[in-house]
Amino acid sequence: MQSIYLSIVLAPLIAALVAGLAGRLIGRVGAHSVTILGVAVSCVLSCFVLYQQLAHGLAPFNGTVYTWMLSDGLHMEVGFLIDHLSAMMMVVVTFVSLMVHIYTIGYMADDDGYQRFFSYISLFTFAMLMLVMSNNFMQLFFGWEGVGTVSYLLIGFWYTKESAIFANLKAFLVNRVGDFGFILGIAAILRYTGSLDYATVFSHADLLTQAQIHVSSGIVWPAVTFTCICLFIGAMGKSAQVPLHIWLPDSMEGPTPISALIHAATMVTAGIFMVARMSPLFELSETALSMVLIVGATTAFFMGLLGIVANDIKRVIAYSTLSQLGYMTVALGASAYGAGIFHLMTHAFFKALLFLAAGSVIIAMHHEQDMRKMGGLKKYMPITYWTCLIGCLALIGFPGSAGFFSKDLLIDAVGQAHRAGATYAYYCVLLGVFVTALYTFRMFFMTFHGKERMDHHTQEHLHESPWVVTVPLICLAIPSAVIGWMTVKPMLFGDFFHGSIQVADAHNVLERLGEEFHGSGAFMASAFLGLPIYLAAAGVIAAYFFFLKYPGWADAAQKNFNVLYKILIDKYGFDWFNEHVIMPAARALGGGLWRFGDQVVIDDGLVNGSAKTVGWLGSVMRYAQSGYLYHYAFAMILGLASLLGWLVWRS
Amino acid sequence: MMFGGHLLSVLIWLPIIGGFVVLFFDKQAETAKWLSLVVSVLTFALSIPLWTGFNLGTAEMQFVEMAPWITTIHAQFHIGIDGIAMPLILLTTFTTALIVISSWTNVAKKVAAYLGSFLILEGVMIGVFCALDAVLFYVFWEAMLIPMFIIIGVWGGPRRVYASIKFFLYTFIGSLLMLVALIYMYLKGGSYEISALQNMHLTLTEQTLIFLAFFSAFAVKVPMWPVHTWLPDAHVEAPTGGSVVLAAIMLKMGGYGFLRFSLPIAPDASRELDWLIIAFSLIAVVYIGFVALAQTDMKKLIAYSSIAHMGFVTLGMFIGFQIVAHTGRTSGIQLGLDGAMVQMLSHGFVSGAMFLCVGVMYDRVHSREIKAYGGVVNTMPKFAAFMVLFALANSGLPGTSGFVGEFMVILASFKANAWYAFLAAITMILGAAYTLWLVKRVIFGPVGNDHVAHMTDLNGREFLVLGLLALAVIAFGVWPAPLVDVLHSSTEHLAQQLLMSKIAP
Repeated sequence: MQSIYLSIVLAPLIAALVAGLAGRLIGRVGAHSVTILGVAVSCVLSCFVLYQQLAHGLAPFNGTVYTWMLSDGLHMEVGFLIDHLSAMMMVVVTFVSLMVHIYTIGYMADDDGYQRFFSYISLFTFAMLMLVMSNNFMQLFFGWEGVGTVSYLLIGFWYTKESAIFANLKAFLVNRVGDFGFILGIAAILRYTGSLDYATVFSHADLLTQAQIHVSSGIVWPAVTFTCICLFIGAMGKSAQVPLHIWLPDSMEGPTPISALIHAATMVTAGIFMVARMSPLFELSETALSMVLIVGATTAFFMGLLGIVANDIKRVIAYSTLSQLGYMTVALGASAYGAGIFHLMTHAFFKALLFLAAGSVIIAMHHEQDMRKMGGLKKYMPITYWTCLIGCLALIGFPGSAGFFSKDLLIDAVGQAHRAGATYAYYCVLLGVFVTALYTFRMFFMTFHGKERMDHHTQEHLHESPWVVTVPLICLAIPSAVIGWMTVKPMLFGDFFHGSIQVADAHNVLERLGEEFHGSGAFMASAFLGLPIYLAAAGVIAAYFFFLKYPGWADAAQKNFNVLYKILIDKYGFDWFNEHVIMPAARALGGGLWRFGDQVVIDDGLVNGSAKTVGWLGSVMRYAQSGYLYHYAFAMILGLASLLGWLVWRS
Repeated sequence: MMFGGHLLSVLIWLPIIGGFVVLFFDKQAETAKWLSLVVSVLTFALSIPLWTGFNLGTAEMQFVEMAPWITTIHAQFHIGIDGIAMPLILLTTFTTALIVISSWTNVAKKVAAYLGSFLILEGVMIGVFCALDAVLFYVFWEAMLIPMFIIIGVWGGPRRVYASIKFFLYTFIGSLLMLVALIYMYLKGGSYEISALQNMHLTLTEQTLIFLAFFSAFAVKVPMWPVHTWLPDAHVEAPTGGSVVLAAIMLKMGGYGFLRFSLPIAPDASRELDWLIIAFSLIAVVYIGFVALAQTDMKKLIAYSSIAHMGFVTLGMFIGFQIVAHTGRTSGIQLGLDGAMVQMLSHGFVSGAMFLCVGVMYDRVHSREIKAYGGVVNTMPKFAAFMVLFALANSGLPGTSGFVGEFMVILASFKANAWYAFLAAITMILGAAYTLWLVKRVIFGPVGNDHVAHMTDLNGREFLVLGLLALAVIAFGVWPAPLVDVLHSSTEHLAQQLLMSKIAP
């Protein structure tokens, strides 16, 4: 099996290298063929691995590929851990990636950087697979930074666009703030457990609970809380949790296929995956889990609100992604790791679908992304319309759709949790349902229904996208509709995650929910007794009246709640703070240290100062060497006199 | 064995003699270039057996040669290498060959003298790394200054005189104090053998004074904050080749000195004064990181980035004492030492490559100002790909060599104190900020001006040089094990030396 695992990782890497280095040689068709082949191989093999595990009980694999380094008795290895969790992630990643590869043929058809783009997305797939398949922290960090780098390259894909190269630098740096925490967490793990290998670390987790970190005199932190918070800071960067979320909306400057692949379905969920993978550690720290819960809840609700005022179709979906990532994070914080991962999976399908559908709209609109210039696209683009509708329904949790199962269970799980911040989190995710439905159908109505607000030229050329675009939409719409129904029972209430995810008995909210779970159908029926479904309906109805039936209401609301509107338009001021406080402060500090520290104190003061002192001494000495004999004679007499005086005084 | 066991001598004298021969071809530039190329490539080829024939299992010196030299003071021509010196020698021969190739067309005057200086410098630097006699070491150490002084002073920029004198005075004054320390130990022990000095008993006061004397020589070379200000000036004025050799190899002399002299000769003083080195190193990482952010000159920016990266080297070397004090165990000392070595070698590749990249642009536009560029990717896509790769390596991206050393040092420093790791890890943010902001302003964006519009992409020669460096950067990032294996026995031995008190009973 090891050669299969190796092939899964290497196929996209080789394809990326071929398309990247020999892009001109093999041409456009060659580039997309080789990369699609590479990812298809990965996808098929990943499905095979998952199938073997589920149908034939293939045991989890934990083995080394090669020794990366051996220093000081510390083995750092590149290796794979393939259990149910990683196998599922591999299938999701390679499947979405394959769809995006195919879609890209249509979306990037006219772009000069065609081969480069395919090379990047294949390279991304490689890095993401390394991340999810890793069995140790070093390789996890490699994949983690690798996906971040490809994301950097892809956000800035159109490198002549100032906004794009601003956004990619911002994305990289904000992610680095998270990685700063992450690497400290890894260092702490090595310090207290003596290993970077998952299995060893988890089996020595008790060492972590016994240890303490002396922060300063008198302040002592439990090492496990410190470690988990550091790791979670890494997750906050990658999975865009407040306040490290600011890079994700700007990342929409990149081409739409990567928004679907990287900034919705896969990379941004790496943080969720990582925390779930580290569940044996997080379970040991109530404080860290509370932090996860509160940060996630804040992101889920407050970022969703921003989706209501955004007018760029991709930004609406981006805020939606932030909010949904918040949902997943809340689940982790409630110790319902399985629910978080389950939502990660369903979200990967329906959010990739929504982005690709938006991309399809954007192609039809000649790269116009402002929804105020759209409307009534339903009749021009039926496939896009219906698939997008499925995605929207899944997103708001329409009964039966994939998102319904994952989101309702997630909310129930949070309701069951008894941890500091759990009540706050519960209300956030509950109200979030209304917000989600509102912004989702605002987008849907503004795009596909109502008056056709585009200019005449665009209107004339409106047509459905080619098959390379629509086939991936359909392929993603199917799981968006049915995957929840099919997999909820085994994944959440079976033993699918047994061995991958560890939950302390006292925290096991999913087990409690499982006692009341009697199949998908029954769960659907019982949903009508709960609040979320009515909140979602209210959101859709509100969207219908405010943004389709009586658009004047929306304008009136905007005027009446101007302060609130302003806050949302300013995105709570995070960007303002960074651009007007953090960035100038860093530059001023750098300039200040340079001009004052280096140039004035060290160079002028110490270096040239000592040179000047020598020069001054020399000029003083010059007076002593005048060349007149009587000066010397006088000096000698003076010297002799003082010497004698000193001797007399001594005695 | 090749050359009857005189391989190291050949590696020292071949480039030195070759360099002097090249000097004579002042009028025939082409001959001078080809001859330099042959000498430098041959030297590199001959240095490879040092690795292939290296015995990984011992910390003893290998390829040893010994001959009487200045008998009146018992100084000997004693050379040999261990796992610490060997990779640095290979770095030297590799880099010099690249410098000769990259200088093919961009030296305006006195090509023969230029290339000859580099060859002589190469031999002298190899001499520094393999000298096992302190006098021999000192002679090579000071001799190194002369060709570098000439390279900056003759082929440098407009303020070359100020820069070259600043460079000379800084490094020379530091070295003199080292000489005083060496003479003191000779008078006490009667030998200049480095191994004898390492085994000599010394009181704490003696050790402290000796440590400070060495420190003044090595800290300037590294350079450590606050004696770093000569480096940006020297880099800015130096020609491209000079910058490359300065960044890639000469800075490593300081680190090498700490490993070969300060730590094993004065371990007790090193333990007493480690706080000083750690403080300076962390200041280098954070303070210099911010200073780099404010630079408008590309070479200055990379120079400051070098200082920040070298902070990891000194941090990794001196973190061990506090690991023992804090955890009561020795596990982690060697990780820090290995990390420091890996960081030095990686920095050799990455900073050398960064300076070469600036050189490539300078050859076309004749400006080092960031403002003079913008959108270079539009006209030089191949070059841009290399530059982005090296920039990412400079910001410590996993998968490149730039990550390995920083990662090891951060892991080791956490064992000593979480706050050290905290401060060191700030480089994750600052390093990315100054490097990628540079990339954004220079490489990306629309074509900045007419000069940029007329830039032509890499020629075959430039492609070869950057390509070889890129291969090295990626290879050691993906698989650093072969390199660390070479270090293993020597750093293990050094870790034992650190723990052994030398205070006379």
